[in-house]
Amino acid sequence: MTDVDATTDGGSRELPRIVSSRWDLADGYTLDRYRETGGYRALAKAVTEMTPAQVADQVKGASLLGRGGAGFPAGVKWGFCPPGVFPRYIVVNGDESEPGTYKDRLLMERDPHQLIEGVLIACYAIGASQAFLYVRGEMALAQERLAGALNDAYAAGLVGDHILGTDFSVDIVLHWGAGAYIVGEETALLESLEGNRGMPRLKPPYFPAAKGLYMQPTVVNNVETLSNLPWIVENGGAAFGDLGAESSKGTRLFAVSGHVRNPGVFEVEFGVTTFRDIIFGERYADGIRDGNELKAFIPGGASAAWFFEEHLDLPLEAGAVGAAGSMLGSGAIVVMDETTDVVKAAWRIVRFFAHESCGKCTPCREGTAWLEKVLRRMLDGYGRPADVNKLLDICDNISPSIAWPPKQTTICPLGPSAVAPIASAILRFRDEFAAYCGGAAEVTVPVNGKAYLSTPPTVSAGATP
Amino acid sequence: MRFTAENAAVAEDVIARYPVARSALIPLLHLAQEQDGHVTEEAMEHIAELLGITPAEVLGTASFYEMFKLEPVGDYVVNVCTNISCMLRGGEELLHHLEQRLGIRAGDTTPDGRFTLEDVECIAACTEAPCLQVNYRYFHRVTADQADELVDDLRAGRLDNDIPRHGILSRVRQQLPDTRAGVAPPDRNVEPPWLARNTEGTTGGATS
Amino acid sequence: MTATAADTVGITVDGQPIEAMKGELVIAAAERNGIYIPRFCYHSRMKPVGMCRMCIVEIDTGRGPALQPSCMIECTDGMTVSTGSPVTRKAQEGVLEFLLVNHPLDCPVCDKGGECPLQDQTMAYGPGESRFVEEKRHFEKPIPVSDLVLLDRERCILCDRCTRFAKDVAGDPLIHFMDRGSQTEVNTFPEHPFASYFSGNTVQICPVGALTSTPYRFKARPWDLEQVESTCTSCSVGCRVVVQSSRNRLVRYQGVDNDAVNWGWLCDKGRFDFEAVNSEDRLGEPLVRDAALSLKPATWSEALSRTAEAVKEGLDRSGPEGFAVIGGARLTNEECYAWVKLAKGVIGSDHVDAQLGDGLPAEVVLGLPRATIDDACRPGGTVVVMGPDLKEELPVLYLRLRHAVRESGVKVVELASVATSLTDQLAAVSLRYRPGCALPVVRALVGRHDVDDEVGGVAPEALRAAQQVLGDGPVTVVLGRGNLAESARSIGAAAAAIHHSLADVRFLSGLRRANVHGALELGMAPGLLPGRVTLDGGREWFADRWPTLPKARGLDAAGILRAAADGKIDTLVLLGSDPLADFLDRDLARRGLAGARTVVALDQFLTESVKQADVVLPVAGYGEVEGTTTNLEGRVSTLARTVTAPGTAQADWIVAAELADRLGGDLGVGSVADLAAEIEAVAPVFSGLTAEALRSPVGREGVVVGMPSRRSGNGAEESEVAKAAPDEPTVDEAATRGQTAPAVADEAVVAAESNQGTTPELEPTGVLPPTSGVPLPVWTVIDPPSVDAYSLRLVVTRKLYDRGTLVRSSPSLADLAEPAILHLHPQDFDRLGVAAGADVRITSTKGNVTVPTVPDPGVPRSVAHLHANRAGGRANVLIDGNSPVTDVRVERP
Ligand SMILES: Cc1cc2nc3c(=O)[nH]c(=O)nc-3n(C[C@H](O)[C@H](O)[C@H](O)COP(=O)(O)O)c2cc1C
Ligand code: SF4
Ligand code: FES
Repeated sequence: MTDVDATTDGGSRELPRIVSSRWDLADGYTLDRYRETGGYRALAKAVTEMTPAQVADQVKGASLLGRGGAGFPAGVKWGFCPPGVFPRYIVVNGDESEPGTYKDRLLMERDPHQLIEGVLIACYAIGASQAFLYVRGEMALAQERLAGALNDAYAAGLVGDHILGTDFSVDIVLHWGAGAYIVGEETALLESLEGNRGMPRLKPPYFPAAKGLYMQPTVVNNVETLSNLPWIVENGGAAFGDLGAESSKGTRLFAVSGHVRNPGVFEVEFGVTTFRDIIFGERYADGIRDGNELKAFIPGGASAAWFFEEHLDLPLEAGAVGAAGSMLGSGAIVVMDETTDVVKAAWRIVRFFAHESCGKCTPCREGTAWLEKVLRRMLDGYGRPADVNKLLDICDNISPSIAWPPKQTTICPLGPSAVAPIASAILRFRDEFAAYCGGAAEVTVPVNGKAYLSTPPTVSAGATP
Repeated sequence: MRFTAENAAVAEDVIARYPVARSALIPLLHLAQEQDGHVTEEAMEHIAELLGITPAEVLGTASFYEMFKLEPVGDYVVNVCTNISCMLRGGEELLHHLEQRLGIRAGDTTPDGRFTLEDVECIAACTEAPCLQVNYRYFHRVTADQADELVDDLRAGRLDNDIPRHGILSRVRQQLPDTRAGVAPPDRNVEPPWLARNTEGTTGGATS
Repeated sequence: MTATAADTVGITVDGQPIEAMKGELVIAAAERNGIYIPRFCYHSRMKPVGMCRMCIVEIDTGRGPALQPSCMIECTDGMTVSTGSPVTRKAQEGVLEFLLVNHPLDCPVCDKGGECPLQDQTMAYGPGESRFVEEKRHFEKPIPVSDLVLLDRERCILCDRCTRFAKDVAGDPLIHFMDRGSQTEVNTFPEHPFASYFSGNTVQICPVGALTSTPYRFKARPWDLEQVESTCTSCSVGCRVVVQSSRNRLVRYQGVDNDAVNWGWLCDKGRFDFEAVNSEDRLGEPLVRDAALSLKPATWSEALSRTAEAVKEGLDRSGPEGFAVIGGARLTNEECYAWVKLAKGVIGSDHVDAQLGDGLPAEVVLGLPRATIDDACRPGGTVVVMGPDLKEELPVLYLRLRHAVRESGVKVVELASVATSLTDQLAAVSLRYRPGCALPVVRALVGRHDVDDEVGGVAPEALRAAQQVLGDGPVTVVLGRGNLAESARSIGAAAAAIHHSLADVRFLSGLRRANVHGALELGMAPGLLPGRVTLDGGREWFADRWPTLPKARGLDAAGILRAAADGKIDTLVLLGSDPLADFLDRDLARRGLAGARTVVALDQFLTESVKQADVVLPVAGYGEVEGTTTNLEGRVSTLARTVTAPGTAQADWIVAAELADRLGGDLGVGSVADLAAEIEAVAPVFSGLTAEALRSPVGREGVVVGMPSRRSGNGAEESEVAKAAPDEPTVDEAATRGQTAPAVADEAVVAAESNQGTTPELEPTGVLPPTSGVPLPVWTVIDPPSVDAYSLRLVVTRKLYDRGTLVRSSPSLADLAEPAILHLHPQDFDRLGVAAGADVRITSTKGNVTVPTVPDPGVPRSVAHLHANRAGGRANVLIDGNSPVTDVRVERP
């Protein structure tokens, strides 16, 4: 139970480890070890051999999808900065808080220089004059490792004025949060970085690339996204693109948690490996614990619609998962076996969203809290037959037509995220809800998300059995 | 309390890192908590002065974030995760065990002021469930016995080197040396010099 | 301004094609075209935040309909909006249900019940019944967030209106969202209350009953209220208000959104001083000093006879020059006219002054080219503030200027001898000049030469920075008395210097008292006649219309008091004025009141000065007389009558008419309407300003009189009056004929007494009305002596809440007036050997006061800063009105 022995190794030695290559080294976080293992070569290459545009082209060519949840291609996003408007800023999203997600913390604790190098490369490419590294407040070790790494990097002339003796100058300011999941949402992150309550801004008009930090063009990227950059610059965007599937290139970190024999964080080839591989493969999570049956799994963090047995053979690929009605999100796979009380699981996730709502939008603020209270009451033994339908109708008022991808009556997707666990659980396990509601659970509210309606559902939307 | 002279100097240094002073608000609240163990009203008033905002604005921000304790807490804040991954692997049971062991409910502080116990959301250690933090230092795959041992060790001061008292997060401060590039104020629209390489087609080299 | 195709986009709302302005929000465009989208957080005078989600509608910009907050989305060409589709309706119903789940639904005991947007919208758009069976959120019931405002957090729907107002509009972010998610609440920091001069606006814009005001709480229910639109006269900004009364008592004022002036906002003094009108201390019957020298109740007939006798005796004894009037700024335009006509046109005395030495010479106010508030706030312009602390004296003008600076790029250059509320927040450059040195500083500022040396205490860098700002755009000067201990003459000369050097500069008066501008326009100053004409210039015209006219220019307030002290005034009329409190030289005021043979006071309250009168005539107050008032722009707007005056109190104009009658003359007017008609007919700048014009759609917001026409691109000129009364061609003619640029003499050429006008250039003919236009006086400005090493130079400014009658008689406001305290630079304490907080004695050549001290870095070294009219130490005991500045000693008592 010590601080440093996360199980990170799925045993896949032969696969390229683009971002986790130093996780096994006890001193992988030091500047010396980082340099010995090839660190800062990519930075030197970029700033002495390439123009900023060439660097950006490599990243674009790599089709590096954002690893923070939304999966937007980084190279394309960089291109949205309006020309001629300066200063531009880069803000690193290290707020990792989506339930089930565990990877950015490891990247920051075990390989901080890789992240710093990635940030520098990004700043060089887009012409950012200052970068802010926003680390989740609760991650003290990551803060210490990054502070140490930055101090060393400054001393070595790798950050700051005239980096490596060139005309490239940029500061990276370490900043940390103070406990609020919503701050992971990029516009809330910027509000927080401006010293405000972390409440999201409406997009449009506040797309960070155009009107971000201090209303200036700002690129917000996730820690893992940026940690890929040194490898891409060193090996070329094409080499990155050779790995993975057509629309999901390179490798990606997945945390598999819950009722599996070997929970862990695994770097796998993106878009090729299937859920069955990673949940049941011996090199990975090694199957359900105690020989139990799989009941459901969350493919991409608490905000994602649940998957079931029939989804196991889908590849870990954004397009395929999206088409099936859920998302890969932040690489968080949570496995629930047959012993799981799904009402309770749904409640626990909803409680999270209710607790973490920033409070700005009425439907999210009031709706998630209401959903949580109804579920809590059911678990306490006071469920009523009308409750299940009511839950869905409240969901419908937060996310009209309970569709996937979710529609929203809110500013950001947090509120609508609370709909996924409820719709998933109710439609698949209606009997379990009925059991909490005096044996009956009429459902008339139509539900439209594909994963919610996936076969074999115990009910179909709008019908009573 | 207001900042000590030493911390006021740190505060000045932190403010100077940002193009807009108010951005230093959360760092300064952390500094206040580091100094006093929790965020006091006097500290918030002092921060308001330093940043040229009102105390209400400081409190508006401070109260939004979980980690800022506006009332005193124990020397050790024990955060037990009960979110989905941990719940599936015994997080709630671990929390209840610690409630029994410490004799308090989640959210409370022991009468001796040593421990505050909290039921928290996901702390990004999902594959290491059930997990907890003491003053934001992680403990992974914690059993009931290990939890007891942890409480004993903390009480006995055996973990003093690893776990500073509540309020202290990073024990390493980022230093911005003279070789810093400097802040980029939002109202100064100047293209960074190296972007000229795009049009000139030049690459790198020591140009300075 | 008419929209051109380039400014507009075409959108479709519920099938109806709408022409929207580019950048206009969907919710506003729809409303302009008669389609109301429900909302709680959206407010047209604040930036949208899109929080409440009530205004979500389906918007299609080509990618299919999506629910979007119409308060955040700007209209784009081809956009289709559906405000009533099933999806929209379901979402809106859902939002309302969510808002109600934690709402206490205590409408029967809520002040807002009956006028509550939440209640109304629940009726219109809400779900039928509640499905919420869980426990509601609980907060302690109303908590005071300030002395005036209570907050019930259970009712709050977190729309961010009050908090946004506090931060963005008022600049007082003292209330704020606290906590997070469903626990979010609005609150203050402990021990830092929402002490904003504008707090009452939050009560008005709260869409539920979460914020209530102590003065209105439980006073009335909306369905009991009678309401009329009127104009606030608590200061000269002239905010439009709705005056609400119940059972013949005023109970509430609400701001009216008037584009030209207040945008719906009011200051707390204006909003809550209706309490003074209801005050038990109001005078309800005349008082007459009896043989035993005490004031005793009397009938109107007795009191008027006594007055008339005194006037007659005086006329016999010393002719018309024995009659004098001080005050009038509290009166309506019509009442001012009645009193001017009585004094100048019936009795024949020109000793009439609406001001108390604390304003500016009438010629300065009327003679400089004037600006409207909108002129000052026009994007890209520069505003020079050489006058009062706007937040303290003209609060809503401060709000307008604050908005202009923050949102329209207007730059402010401030000339003030101590820091003001503009200094840190709004001013681009603050010129902290030594009291008395306004003229040299202004000369350096507007002179076209480089400044290399310090001028009047201002560093050359600051002057150069200010010069730079002045070069940026059209300049408006807000002109008034920033420091009451610095002579009006030096401000007037400085203003003339600006006028002389900057082409196209305009001036916005910063005089504070209610209708002082109307009083001056109507001739309530020596040397003037109604309609912005001089006594000499208007002599011929008025000779045909009035029974008599003064022979020569009369005295101003200081002159009147001096004459009275010398026994030369037989009858001194105080028209709602309190010289002991407000005249800058208290000693002279005391001697003047004592020396006048008979003092007649028309007032609502028994003030310190009124107590010295021989006859006290109770008069009607706000809401008790109808008429018009004129604001600092020269904007005339209506005043409504809605309650009756206490006891037998009469309108001031009736007193004038009665007196005229008893003096054997005839005022020739029997009603306010008569007065208004006569003003329109005889006072040049009011020509065309008929009751109909004020009722027209444009005129309802007020009509600016005598405004030099805006020089538009094509040279076409249109006066404000003409716009309001478009059907009367003669009006236009008359109004524009009445306007010529005032003749301006170089300010330092001729030595002359203050207030001595020169003749207008155009001679009036017998047929045409006189040309309006008042020439600027010419002054010699004496350089102030340098401060000796033991003295400090006095700066006296006003605070919003002082010992003025209205504040003192409004229980909710009275306690907000703080006692006198001397502000000194922190480093002056040691030098003077006094301790912060301790009492000190301040001594001038005129007198001394003893007050506590406070260190204040906003005060320059060697300056002593006091506030006027405060309890515990009156600044007017110290001021030397004969000197350009007043120096004082400060020492341990
Ligand atoms: C409610 C919410 C929470 C989020 N939390 C995180 C987070 O903890 N970390 C993260 O990198 N992105 C998070 N995101 C996604 C960010 O908004 C943003 O898309 C991302 O940081 C962009 O980086 P990328 O393009 O490199 O993925 C969150 C989004 C939402 C709506
Ligand atoms: S959806 Fe929820 S979390 Fe997101 S902005 Fe709205 S209230 Fe805040
Ligand atoms: S009025 Fe648009 S969200 Fe509130």
